[in-house]
Amino acid sequence: MAIFEVDKLSLHYLTRFGQKIHAVTDVSFNMEQGEILGIAGESGCGKSTLVNGLMGLFIPPLYPTSGDVRVGGESLMNRTPEDVRANILSRKVSMIPQGAFNALNPTRKVKDIAADVMAAHIKGVDKKQIYERLKERFDLFGMDTNKVLNSHPIQLTAGERQRSVIGISTLLNPQMVIADEPTSALDVTTQKVVIKMIFDLLEKGIFSTMIFITHELPLLRHVANNIAIMYAGEIVEKGAAEQVVFDPRHPYTKALMGAMLSAEPGQKQRKPTAIEGAPPNLANPITGCRFAERCPQAKPECKRNKQEIRIVGDRQVRCDYAE
Amino acid sequence: MKLLKNLLKSPMFVIGASLFLLTLLIALVGPLFYKITMARVGAQYDAPTAKFILGMDDLGRDYVSLLLLGLRSSLFVGFLAGVIATTIGTLIGIYGGFRGGVVDDILNMVTNLFVVIPSFVVLILISASFSEGRSLTLIGVIIGMTTWTWSARAVRAQSAALKSKDHISLAKLNGDNTLRVLLIHILPYIFSYVFMVFILQVSSGILSEAAISMIGLGPMDTVSLGTILNQAKNTGALGDGIWWAFIPATVVITLIVFALYLINTSMEGVFNPRLRK
Amino acid sequence: MRNDVLFEAKNSVCTFGHGKKLVRAVDDVSFDIKDGEIVSLVGGSGCGKSVLAKMMLGLHHPNTGEFTYKGAPITDYAVHWREVQAVFQDPFSCFNQFFTIRSQLKAAFGIYREKPSNSEMEERVDQALLAVNVKPSELEGKYPFELSGGQMQRMLLARIFVLKPKVLIADEPTSMVDACVRANILDYLMKLKEELSMTIIFITHDIGLAYYVSDRLFIMHKGKIVEQGAPDDVTLRPKSEHTIQLLEDIPEIHKEWIKR
Repeated sequence: MAIFEVDKLSLHYLTRFGQKIHAVTDVSFNMEQGEILGIAGESGCGKSTLVNGLMGLFIPPLYPTSGDVRVGGESLMNRTPEDVRANILSRKVSMIPQGAFNALNPTRKVKDIAADVMAAHIKGVDKKQIYERLKERFDLFGMDTNKVLNSHPIQLTAGERQRSVIGISTLLNPQMVIADEPTSALDVTTQKVVIKMIFDLLEKGIFSTMIFITHELPLLRHVANNIAIMYAGEIVEKGAAEQVVFDPRHPYTKALMGAMLSAEPGQKQRKPTAIEGAPPNLANPITGCRFAERCPQAKPECKRNKQEIRIVGDRQVRCDYAE
Repeated sequence: MKLLKNLLKSPMFVIGASLFLLTLLIALVGPLFYKITMARVGAQYDAPTAKFILGMDDLGRDYVSLLLLGLRSSLFVGFLAGVIATTIGTLIGIYGGFRGGVVDDILNMVTNLFVVIPSFVVLILISASFSEGRSLTLIGVIIGMTTWTWSARAVRAQSAALKSKDHISLAKLNGDNTLRVLLIHILPYIFSYVFMVFILQVSSGILSEAAISMIGLGPMDTVSLGTILNQAKNTGALGDGIWWAFIPATVVITLIVFALYLINTSMEGVFNPRLRK
Repeated sequence: MRNDVLFEAKNSVCTFGHGKKLVRAVDDVSFDIKDGEIVSLVGGSGCGKSVLAKMMLGLHHPNTGEFTYKGAPITDYAVHWREVQAVFQDPFSCFNQFFTIRSQLKAAFGIYREKPSNSEMEERVDQALLAVNVKPSELEGKYPFELSGGQMQRMLLARIFVLKPKVLIADEPTSMVDACVRANILDYLMKLKEELSMTIIFITHDIGLAYYVSDRLFIMHKGKIVEQGAPDDVTLRPKSEHTIQLLEDIPEIHKEWIKR
């Protein structure tokens, strides 16, 4: 049974000038217990907007247009931000943000920030017990627990900070974790350490189901079971991680793979190809395929016909001509 | 423009700004509609009548005329002090914050010196030493020169935060000199701050003038809201229950300062999210 | 000294702070960079690569050791910056948001003692924009916040096309842009090298990217250059453990990364 269901979710936000931007359109997917879904796309494709929608956290100027999100059958829509924060976040759906710095209150020690999260959700435990449980949990993370817990965020390295954020987000063993570019601000070595920690938590059963959002496809190949590619607010391709990466079907996924670089011997000759042009403006209504303007295989009718998700072999693809 | 639009969405700003504009309008065009007279038109502390709705002062002069003149003086003093204090403070703060190092330390020391010395006491001492020819302009200048520390500190922090930004490095790589960097690449970014500081400096200027006039060290060449209160105090109007001698002037001062604080607070709300970004 | 050497460092050290808080950001590095080379400084955050780049720009100075450009220490900045220019990581923070991009591209001429005539400046800005595939008309009256990240990064490169310096210090110019744009930016860097025979110092934490663009790699760790050499040598036959670490840490599509 799916524990997380997203059903034709569309989201929009208002700009400062009152313009309506349809950032996410018609996104649907189900997740089984234990699944790790990677969502990849370039900046502006709507993946960050989607994160808030997936948590049911609608703070103006972000609004749901239509659709539904359910965790264990319970809808997350039509809730106030206070309700979401009190009853959904941390326990049901937890988020790991990109900037650990913004997520941690700089004036407080890590242990106090973490203790607050625990105290808000677990009643009838005193401070000492909370600190003990914190220490127990942080011991799993492979850091100097005493140092980290008793430090202010600024005294930690970027890697320690991000690992602390992950530790705090998963304190209450959430059913679902949504990681929004958790390693994008880190260098490759620290990134690996952080991903290792996430794998560690998965193995120890702290949480088992995760949506991992990033613009780095190669990273997803190692992290996710399934990958969904987003373009201009829509999912254009979804399938098993290896298949999407090694045998892309949607022209956009193909172009994305063509633009990748790698330091493998003999690869120096392979020139990465850029995708010219830019995604369409999501303030305007779009009739045809959103990638048509930049697609090397575009046919005249592509600009007219709205593309729907089709099943092609082992994949879902939003392209009438994908094989 | 966008900022103005956002500001207009804040009811606090709309109330504050309209209130302030109203007082400004009254001060500027009021005399065109109301015949101001400094002549004796009644007896000492005559009660309000239909013709002179706020009654007479100690010398039998019309209070509405006095208030209109006083309002003009107070606004003038506030603006003068505000411009001087903001200019000095901004210059010292922006340069110190940007330069850092020893120059910043010295400027900081000077600023702190002025913070430690109670500026109001200095104000009183200087005012008292000008026993003759103490004009409104002089009072404004003195207030401006003793209250700039606040702007200097606020601006310095902003300037120091900006100096390590990439666009400053790039400006240096463009060959821009320090003056150009300060004027073009730092000042616009902190302009909203400077403006907020200016508003506060104006209101503190108005309050300082009122306070110093009230204790009898105010301008000798004109009527200000402070001198009206001083006269009321000196003649014991307060004890005699002659409300029109002190309540209208107090209300006007309170309204102006309240309006300025509303503007300042609402601007902070609009500017800060942007700065945090 | 050979006359084709631009930068030369001999046991250069650059430190910050003092006492217990002393940080040796650049620690005893020695190298030379020749005219026309593309050299990449590679390492994780805090390895000193950005500080070394700023030393090349003359924004930081060595505490001890020699650090020269064309055989002399960097003293006159205006002169230095006529030849050595930079692009930075975050294109949005590089432009003043209160002025049009075009006026800021023109402001780059401020580095010359005598500015060219106005028409020549306009002409050179137009050409620079065309060099990065932007129609000058599209940019008319545009402010920095009206463009996308990829476009802004191209504007930083356009500034380089305007100035045509001898040396370009590129500090992580692709770390904040998407893969598609990244390929684009690299194309322009190649164009700068080929058409203007520019020397490029490329700073990155991505050894894959460095491998792709450069003639030589400097691998940095804790302020020291732990390995330097041709890209194939360094990536195929790495000698330093830090190089091996960097190579292993990149999540490559075709190679095992972390076992789950």
